[in-house]
Amino acid sequence: MATFEEGLARLEAIVDEMSRGEIPLDRALALFEEGIEQLRLATQELGRAEAAVKVLTERADGVLEAAPLGG
Amino acid sequence: MSPIRRTRGTPTPRRSGAANPSPDLFAADDALSVPRDREETASLLDGRQAAPGESPSSAVSVATVTQTVKDVLEGAFPPLWVRGEVSDFKQHRNGHWYFSLRDASASLRCVVWARDTRRIPAAPDEGMTVLALGQVTLYAARGDLQFTVTSMDAVGDGLWRKAFEQSRLRLERDGLLDPARKRPLPFFPRRIAVITSRDGAALHDIISVVRRRNPLVELVLIPAAVQGETAPASLGAALATLEAWGGADLAIIGRGGGSREDLWAFNDEKLARAVAACGIPIISAVGHEVDVSLCDLVADWRAPTPSAAAERAVPVLDDLRREVATLGRQLQGAALDVVRDGRRRLEQGARRLAQDAHRQVERRQLRLERVAAQLNALSPLATMSRGFVAATTPDGELIASASALAEGDAVHLRFRDGVAVSRVESVTVEGDDGRGER
Repeated sequence: MATFEEGLARLEAIVDEMSRGEIPLDRALALFEEGIEQLRLATQELGRAEAAVKVLTERADGVLEAAPLGG
Repeated sequence: MSPIRRTRGTPTPRRSGAANPSPDLFAADDALSVPRDREETASLLDGRQAAPGESPSSAVSVATVTQTVKDVLEGAFPPLWVRGEVSDFKQHRNGHWYFSLRDASASLRCVVWARDTRRIPAAPDEGMTVLALGQVTLYAARGDLQFTVTSMDAVGDGLWRKAFEQSRLRLERDGLLDPARKRPLPFFPRRIAVITSRDGAALHDIISVVRRRNPLVELVLIPAAVQGETAPASLGAALATLEAWGGADLAIIGRGGGSREDLWAFNDEKLARAVAACGIPIISAVGHEVDVSLCDLVADWRAPTPSAAAERAVPVLDDLRREVATLGRQLQGAALDVVRDGRRRLEQGARRLAQDAHRQVERRQLRLERVAAQLNALSPLATMSRGFVAATTPDGELIASASALAEGDAVHLRFRDGVAVSRVESVTVEGDDGRGER
């Protein structure tokens, strides 16, 4: 899965290519669709719920687990 | 002077050995011991039944104790030269210097009054070994032993500094300080592991900065002791846990400000090597701006404080949202531009086509006119317009030769603009053919 940063970079590249002009219309259409998808993913990424502060603890079976940090 | 002074007179300062006191300075001196000899103290009791402090009813004040200790100390110690490492040096606003002189196992609080600092060439560096001349006394307000320094000289570099420098050189030799080793930090980490004390200011600062900048970022504390003898091992274990867990895409290791001793764990060479070997990008944030630890040197990023580490680690959410919104607008704009551009090209094509058609028509028209002019030039009518006439029979047959005519014949003279019907009066034939009309 691409990172948020990669998504933004791809989006910038798409805008850049489309802005250069002289591209075939079908290519422009494909770019636009891809851009919209990247935009959706990026927006979704920024719309997640607030994350909690946790503390890493080791369970009895040795598995490491991030549990909510009390207090 | 003091009511509880029970010694046999004033302690004897050893002036003779002041510059280099022997370790057994007071070994043979009972000046600081408190004799239990009732007879000795009785004379100091101003006629009261119980000695001060001897029973609850004769309890003495704190100030009495501290003042007495102060007097005893000052009486017992002549001004001395003390050799030690400077630690926790602070210059107060009022110009006084406060610091500790220390050994491997002992520490002595020192003060240099502002008026005395002027006689010292420069403030000592942290860790510098110095020779300080001063008076041992008591700071009554705290009940602390205090060495009031009046003169001071540095002796090379301190042991702390030396140890640090040796470790630094070893890390450098092993290439661990190479800037090329430093990994780029993730632009937008989802989960940041924080290796620090559970109760320290560092954790609090990091949480508040991250919450303010970007509440979507998850913080996971991996608790560790950050000072004291166990700290290096504890921090090392936390690093191992971090890697075993593998759930973070960035780590911050550090603690808030403290004394040189408090921060020393982060100068542990083994810990520094563990930080260098850490499998994920790591920010070191130890103490304040001026504190540079070995961990700072090997980490992927050195933050001056824990708050600064959090600032560096996390992009501002609102900025990201703005950036995404801007990109969205740009995408839309670019799409509109593509459409607009297509339409413009279409219109341009149509215009060019129309222009071409027009030019073609014009070109043909020109050709037509040229041909028409040529045709016109060849037309008999043109000849006639210059005054020539054509003679024909009344039937319209061209009469090409005078010999075809006889007196009295009807001749039609055809002009450019009409016909004159005429009759031949006489005929004279000249030459042998009819080609000499001109």
